[in-house]
Amino acid sequence: MSIDTVIFFISAVVAVFGATMMITQRNPVASVLYFIVSLLAQAVCYVQLGALFVGAMLVIVYAGAIMVLFLFVIMLLNLRGTEDLGASTGRVSRFTKYLVSILLIAELVFVIKSVFIPATTTGIMSMPADEFGNVAPVSKLLFTRYLYPFELTGVLLLVAIVGAVVLAKIDRGDKKRVTDELEESAGQATDGTAG
Amino acid sequence: MTDYVSALSIDISLLYPEIALLVAASVILVTAFLGRIARLAPALAVIGFAVSFLLSIEQWGNPKAGFGGMVTCDDFGVMFKMLFVIVSLLTLFIACRYFKVKGIDRPEFYALLLISTMGMMVMANSTDLVVMFLGLEIMSVPLYVMAGFNRHSLMSNESGIKYFIMGAFASAFLLMGIAFVFGAAETTNLRRIVADFNYIATNHRVYLYAGVGLVLIGFGFKIAAVPFHTWVPDVYEGAPTPVTAFFSVGPKAAGFAVMLRVFIFGFADIGLLTGAFWILAVLTMTVGNILALRQENVKRMLAYSSISHAGYILVALTVGGADSLSTAIFYLVAYTMFNLGGFAVVTLLETRAGCKSDFMELSGLAKTNPYLSALLALFMFALAGFPPTVGFVGKFYIFSAAVKAGFVPLAVIGVLNSFVSVYYYLRVIKTSYFDQLEEGRFASVTVTPSILFVLVITAVGTLGLGFFPQRLLEMSQAAVFAFL
Amino acid sequence: MFEVILTSSIQVVVVIVVVLTGCAWATWLERKVLGHMQQRIGPSYTGPYGLLQPVADGLKLIFKEDIVPDSVERLTYTLGPMLSFVPALLTFAVIPYSRDFSLFGLEFKGVISDLNIGILWIFAVTSLGVYGLVLAGWSSGSKYSLLGGIRSSAQMISYEVSYGLSIVGVIVIAGTLSMTELVAKQASDSIWFFENWYLWRNPIGFLLYLTCAIAETNRTPFDLPEAESELVAGYHTEYSSMRFALFFIGEYANMLAVACVATTLFFGGWNGPAFLSFVPPVIWFLIKVFVFMFCYVWLRATFPRFRYDQLMRFGWLVLLPLAILNAMVTGLVVLWLG
Repeated sequence: MSIDTVIFFISAVVAVFGATMMITQRNPVASVLYFIVSLLAQAVCYVQLGALFVGAMLVIVYAGAIMVLFLFVIMLLNLRGTEDLGASTGRVSRFTKYLVSILLIAELVFVIKSVFIPATTTGIMSMPADEFGNVAPVSKLLFTRYLYPFELTGVLLLVAIVGAVVLAKIDRGDKKRVTDELEESAGQATDGTAG
Repeated sequence: MTDYVSALSIDISLLYPEIALLVAASVILVTAFLGRIARLAPALAVIGFAVSFLLSIEQWGNPKAGFGGMVTCDDFGVMFKMLFVIVSLLTLFIACRYFKVKGIDRPEFYALLLISTMGMMVMANSTDLVVMFLGLEIMSVPLYVMAGFNRHSLMSNESGIKYFIMGAFASAFLLMGIAFVFGAAETTNLRRIVADFNYIATNHRVYLYAGVGLVLIGFGFKIAAVPFHTWVPDVYEGAPTPVTAFFSVGPKAAGFAVMLRVFIFGFADIGLLTGAFWILAVLTMTVGNILALRQENVKRMLAYSSISHAGYILVALTVGGADSLSTAIFYLVAYTMFNLGGFAVVTLLETRAGCKSDFMELSGLAKTNPYLSALLALFMFALAGFPPTVGFVGKFYIFSAAVKAGFVPLAVIGVLNSFVSVYYYLRVIKTSYFDQLEEGRFASVTVTPSILFVLVITAVGTLGLGFFPQRLLEMSQAAVFAFL
Repeated sequence: MFEVILTSSIQVVVVIVVVLTGCAWATWLERKVLGHMQQRIGPSYTGPYGLLQPVADGLKLIFKEDIVPDSVERLTYTLGPMLSFVPALLTFAVIPYSRDFSLFGLEFKGVISDLNIGILWIFAVTSLGVYGLVLAGWSSGSKYSLLGGIRSSAQMISYEVSYGLSIVGVIVIAGTLSMTELVAKQASDSIWFFENWYLWRNPIGFLLYLTCAIAETNRTPFDLPEAESELVAGYHTEYSSMRFALFFIGEYANMLAVACVATTLFFGGWNGPAFLSFVPPVIWFLIKVFVFMFCYVWLRATFPRFRYDQLMRFGWLVLLPLAILNAMVTGLVVLWLG
């Protein structure tokens, strides 16, 4: 076993472990931390595949920016994982819950089965071309072959920003808070005067 | 068929309609804070839609592909592009007045509408799963905001949040599915998948099936097929009514467009899909109709009704084949007409102070607004599938195509379902014509030119297409032949 | 293979030792310079010119009692100082301090690891440093710490975007992300040895970098997360002994890292004047870094602290547009000049 294989298995196990812990933790901060662990391990996998740029971006954007934002919100709301999130639901949805999870487990079993009886095997760590995954080749691809998805991503980000601003912006003279619709139905119609 | 895959060319002319919408949206966003000019936003949006529509017509009958086979601009895509523009334009006209009355008239709404429409166009025009996903997100993100656009209303906030969470959930399924398909096929390009299908299906069968299943779930959320419909009633009820109108038609049509591309074109040879669609169709029709029976709110009723209509279209997808698929597109257009018409009336009624679209509020409408209630009745008849409206023609086409192809039980279930649906549609008519309400409970309705325009267009469409369906059917067939 | 491992290990050890001692004496530098700027004399009792003061401080911190309040979240409380300290050290892995040289018959490279995405590595690692502060603030179970943590996360997020964009200009001009190549491209044989420094070609980029870097390292005038007049000590209020020392060293290591990166990106790295080629390049590198460290202290002595809303407004409404503009204009000019 080469040292590459060892590193791959370590990081793969850590990534899956982090992801699993992330969804099983009750404490949101612990969830975030495990997710970061998982992300870092994934970045190691990318680097091993020669995709240095993707690995670095994963750390900078996800671990370094987005997850900080998550932590920020969690801290601002001061969630400590003691809230009861498992409010009971109707019988139908409880049933669906189990049905869906059984289906997904069955699917997972099928997938794993097919891995252990593989039809064709390609090496896990077959190294692609030398420069692959570095900044220059990636950006060349982004601006030629994947130009369309790339520009679409730009539009998507733009509209996400616009949407966030629309929802969060405070208009001039927008002194009213969210109206309680119960009050409204009690006869205190406030529509038409808002805004 | 031309060799689309090798077409690596970057051909901007394929995207003119999309670009027109994007430019219009950008102009609105830039002018949004300029005071007086900001009031021109609806007009700018109308211009954007009109230009986009004309550019789409230009592309009709002239199939081209580009961007490495990611974009396919065939008649199918163009047909849907035109449909999306019509939907958005009608929504815009419905929305103008409603938003003013509710005090949430802001120029950003029109920009979001434009960009959302652009996302739909991207979806309908793509033969690449990644591009489809991006289109879906560009369509959905504005929708989340539009659902929660009335920030003063808790219902609207709830609607936005619910739609956002369920939409993100659906996107996760879709992305996971795309990842699986990519793992199996080593490409996300549908044309290449079709070309190598036998190889993929024999060597990476399980991954392919897992991927396609997850993709189906993802799209199932978007068209609100039944087990993935739970978000619909709350979102539809809480969102501003014109937005609900848009939800019930636009994203649904876009969802069906990509479903046709992915499942009928891309993964046509997966035999299991017919069975899956069969179950989905039956569930969607039945559950939608039965739950609609019990609703006390017109918007919720229309929400469930839109679910059941998605079921009818799923019947056409289950049957497959050019005849049946063209009826699916036909029905989508027809459904756009009478459903938007119905929503236009509901929106109009809701502009009266204190109205929340309960059934009770319709009482006595025939006395106060005879023309309006006549139109409402027309749209309800069309939704229920009565002749001579296009609702009847569409359903007739779908079910006869199903019977012809040997799907008799499916057709029977569909027809039975239409009978069930008659009850709740007629309940609207009954309430407005035969129920009484104390005088002066609600102010009378004022019909503005923009809404009148929508009502006229949809009424003419509902009746006109009912009498002369031939032209539309031919167009639908041309669209289907473009990718079969 | 063995030789590579040996030389790398030696380098790692040496760099860590140098950085840590550098941090220690950076504290001395700060106190001494601040003292003189405020017309005091600063530390002067321990050793000549008070030079042994950092040793005394270190001993004191080690022997202090390690107090852990009851209300803390144990795991994250322990992780906090480590997470702020380790990323700071990792930065130095890609910073070239000298040209390749041989010593005791062993061939050394002038950098621990010559990654071809060196700059991205630095940004990836520094972006992780914020977790230390945030987690420390959150887990301490004290309102001052929490406020400090929230402030630092908000500040880091706000300034990280401009921070990243500020160096895009240099990257575009140089056409590489590798730190060693960046240094090589700034070399010059003429008497005007500084003529190729990227400082001259992208001065706005440098100013932006400097401003954002100060904010990223939480130094005055951007030291709101630990503003002692409002928040006691911000995120490290509840820490004592060596845990506190780790934060302290982490902060100075970060400052050193920023100074090293600025030297490499804008001031020609280890390049010195050609006519003084007998001086080892590492000396030039250290001189440049020292100048930056001095500037840090100078800034601290000069500027008052921002108010929180001013900080946010400055970051989003001034720095970010400027950084985007700088990146765009530089790109256009490079494209235009071919």
